[in-house]
Formats: sequence, structure tokens, C-alpha cells
Amino acid sequence: MTVGLTHFLVVSTLLFSMGLYAIITRKNAILVLMGIELILNSANINFVAFSRFGNFGYSGHLVALFVIVLAAAEAAIALAIVLNIYKNMSTVNVDEIDNLRD
Amino acid sequence: MNINNFLSDIDLIYPEIILVSTLIVILLYDLIFTKNKRLLPFFSLSGIFIATLFTILNFGKNEFAFGYGSNNYLLSIDDFSNFFKLIILISSFIIIHFSILSNEIKICIDRHGEYYTLLFGMMAGMFFLVSANDLIVIYVSIEILSLSSYVLAGFVKTSLRNSEASLKYVIYGGVSSGIMIFGMSLIYGMTGSTNLAEINSILKVTALSDITFLTSILMVLAGIGFKISIVPFHFWTPDVYEGAPIPITAYLSVASKAAGFAVLIRFIKIMFLSGITNNEYWVLFPIIDWRSLLVIFSIITMTLGNLSALWQDNLKRMLAYSSIAHAGYILLGLAVLSNQGLTAVLIYFIIYLFMNLGAFLVLMLIANEINSEDIDDYKGLGYSLPFLSAMLSIFLISLVGLPPTAGFIAKLYLFIALVDAKMIVVAVIALLNTVLSLYYYIRVLKNLYLSKPNERYIKIKNTSLSYPLVFILGTPVFVFGLYFTPITDLAKYSLKILGI
Repeated sequence: MTVGLTHFLVVSTLLFSMGLYAIITRKNAILVLMGIELILNSANINFVAFSRFGNFGYSGHLVALFVIVLAAAEAAIALAIVLNIYKNMSTVNVDEIDNLRD
Repeated sequence: MNINNFLSDIDLIYPEIILVSTLIVILLYDLIFTKNKRLLPFFSLSGIFIATLFTILNFGKNEFAFGYGSNNYLLSIDDFSNFFKLIILISSFIIIHFSILSNEIKICIDRHGEYYTLLFGMMAGMFFLVSANDLIVIYVSIEILSLSSYVLAGFVKTSLRNSEASLKYVIYGGVSSGIMIFGMSLIYGMTGSTNLAEINSILKVTALSDITFLTSILMVLAGIGFKISIVPFHFWTPDVYEGAPIPITAYLSVASKAAGFAVLIRFIKIMFLSGITNNEYWVLFPIIDWRSLLVIFSIITMTLGNLSALWQDNLKRMLAYSSIAHAGYILLGLAVLSNQGLTAVLIYFIIYLFMNLGAFLVLMLIANEINSEDIDDYKGLGYSLPFLSAMLSIFLISLVGLPPTAGFIAKLYLFIALVDAKMIVVAVIALLNTVLSLYYYIRVLKNLYLSKPNERYIKIKNTSLSYPLVFILGTPVFVFGLYFTPITDLAKYSLKILGI
């Protein structure tokens, strides 16, 4: 059996669903951010797999590179923000951080 | 790629180059002269001024920039994008004055370099966003815009509500941009291209109308919908708007929303336009009933925004819900799917810029005086702060859309477009929403003028420095209400969207 496009799509969809699941269920802000990273990486797998199996040239690989760079930047900023929250409130539980609400 | 083409393309993006160079100048100045921060706003304002000049010079050029492959282009510098660049520049110009006056920003004087650098980062992101002609450029510029605004929303690090706002913003923003890039990857897989115009030509040949393609489009719309805060992607808006420093809230509610709408309009028009009917309505590919989709989104958005605004006690949070409702009205202009509707959207944005920034400016000046944004604390302010209260009333009346203010003209053009498109029921619902919004805006006016003052009587301090800025924002709200030919002409001139 050869590994084809479908296998990659199954893996990426699984990753996407796991990422969404983590975002919805986890209470810890760091784990929510890890869920976001899973979603970004599932998109990367899609781009590279489509680019490789669809004979679309290298544009998919290029997009994946952009996404990796931006994911790193986003992780850095998000972690800095979570660190600041921890300094101010001594917690990173997203359910307890709800002073702003109706 | 041809080096001569590259050099002539550089000519087209002078405004962006000026903004990024100003960013670098501010950053270097901040690193070298660590003691003196007074010149930073001056640098920012002059950068914005030069960028405005180059943007005005770009009007009427209508060219593509940065081509690759066979006739694919990354950016399209057309009048539509130049119009939105002007909106962004004017609001940035005002926001920098805002920041000079804001007490929240003043207390972190040692981090002002960072503040202006990030503002210019946002501006650069929005500039590329409004002229983006490729899914990659859309994603990258949305991220540049978002990353700067996450930090700015939590700029005052010691303030609890600032940090909470930025955490909520980064989580919601990260999720929605992740979903958007996943949708883009599916679109890329099905069409083999990331270029909007090329996808359009592929869709003409092979009709993709299955559920997968629809899902991927909705995923991308979720990412853009987050930026313009339409329901159901609006959950971040009230919290972030309430928590962030007021200049940033005002900036997010005008400039960032304008950029989001520009990219939404371009995404829908360039990617899905298949033809134009005799009476100038756009025919889009029948992937979904586009008009119903947009109408449903906008009606839910304006109704929920107005209903939630009814029971807000914090004026800043109320304005957040009111900005959600306004996003609904503006989306209705796009739902007409014609150049007439698009004109209404552009006119709405010019007027929305002045009235919304004005409302936030007066809110900030009053908060500087009384240290509160609570509507109950505004009781009797009409007598102790007569000028600011009068201006706040004018801006709020304009947000309702009552004549003779400019808000009336904005709504008038929108309703004319709706009626001309025979969307009478939708127009009636929008009108009822306007009546609903009257209640919560007037409640503020009632507290200002008809309630007994609080015991702690507020001494009027000399705030004359801020008066010119209030006048600058207040004059257009009056003048455009009576003499609106210039803005309608500008809007009609700026309809040109390249790419079909």
C-alpha cells in the first residue's frame, strides 16, 4: 500500500479536530494555545500534501513556510501575554479570568 | 521575475514603504535616545502625513503589483484600496492625537516607543490587507495586524483589565486565524491556486459547488468575520473593547474594521463574480445563495448588537455593542451585491470614522476627568462639562442616524440601495433596529441633562488642549449631514476594484 493524498488529509483533519477539541475543553491558557498550534500545523500538512500530490508547483510549500514563521511569532506573543496574566492574577485558568463580562 | 517590473512595482507601494520606514525610525530613535520620548508622536504624525501624500498620488493609477507565474499578482493598487488606505491614515492621525491626550497611555511614558512602533505595525498590516489579491497575502497581513493589536490591547501591563482583554483577544484571534488558514488550505487543494483572480477563472471552467468547497469558504469567512466582529464571531468584541486602552479600542472599532470589510468585499467580488446583470447587480457563482447568507448574517449581527447594548451600564461596552450593530448595517450594504450598495458602504465608512472616533474621544476626555466610564456616573455632567457633553450628544445622535447629522446620510444611502434592490423587508428590519438603538443612545443623553447631579460635583478643569481635536471630529459630523456631495463623489470615484 502506498501512502497517498487521502492519508495525509486524514491525518491533518484528525489534527484539526484534536486542536479544536483542546481549545474547547482545556482550561489552562497554555493548553489552549497548544490547540491553536495543532490547527496551524494541520493546515501546513494540507498545503504540503496538496502541493506534492496535486502537481501545483511549490506554492503550497511556500505557504507552509509562511505559516510556520507566523505560528512562531504568534506563540511568542501569546506566551508573553499569558506570562503577564500570571504576574497580575496568579492564574492561567481561562475560566477564572472573567472580570470583563455582561 | 523581471527586475524592471520589480522596480516599477516598488513605485506603487511607496505608502507602505513610508510606513515601514517610519516604524524603523521610531524603533531606532527609541533605542538610541532612551530619555526623550517627546518627539515620538511628531515622527509618527509626519510619517502618516507623507504616506497620505503618496496614497493620494496613487489615486487613479489602478495597477497590479508583484506578479508571479502566468499573470498572477499579489497586490492590486486600485482606487478601492486607496480609499480604505485614506480611511486608515485619517483614523491613525486622529488616534495618535488620542494617545497624546490619554491618561492610560501617559503613565507608561518609558514604553512609548513600543506603542508607536506597534501602531505602525498595525497600519502596515492593514495597508497590505486592503490591497491583498492573494490568499497568502491576506493571511500574512491579517496576522501582522493581529499580532500588533494583541499587544496593544494589553499595553498597560499592570492593569488587570488590559491583560485580560489581550488574553481573550489572542485566544479568539488565534483560533479564528487558524480556522481561516485551514479553510485556505482546502481552497488551495481544490483549485490549485492561492490567487483570487486565478481561482475565479478556475471556477468559471469547473463548477465547484459541493459541500467541501462551501465549508472551506465559510472557514475563511469566519476568519474575516472575526476581524469585522459579525455575529457569531463577535464574542471577543465587548470584552476586548471594554478592557483595552481607549485609543486602541477606538482604533480597532474603525481602522481594523474598515480593513476587514475591504478584504471581505474583495474576497467575495474577485473570487466569485461570474458576471454583471443589465441593471448592474453582481452575479456570483451559485455555491450558496450569497445574498441570503449576507442578509442573515447582517440581520443577526445588528439585532443582537442592539439588543445587548440595551442593558449595558458601561458606556465603553455599550459602544462596543453599538459597533457590532454598525458592522451589521455595513454588511447589509455589501449584501445588495451591486456598485450602488458598495457606494453606500464606502459612504458609511467615511461618516462612521468621524462619529465613532468622536464618541470614543469624548468618552476618553470625560473618563480623564471623572475616572469612570459608567453611564450612571454621567448624571448631571451636562451642567459641569457643558462642551464635552454637548459634543457627546451630537456624536451619539449621529450614531443613531437622526438628521441633520451625518449619520442620517450614511443610513439614507444604505436604505436607498436596499429599496432599489427590492429588499424592502430587510430595509424595514434595519429601520426597526435603528429605532431600537435610539433607546440606549438617548439613555446617555437623559443621564447627562435630565438627571440630578451626583453629590461629588465635578470641577471643570481647563481641557482646552483637547478642544481642537473634538472640533476636528465634530465639524464633519455636521457638515457632511448638510453638504454631502464631496463624500458621495469620493465614494463613487473609489469603486474600481481590479482583478476580474
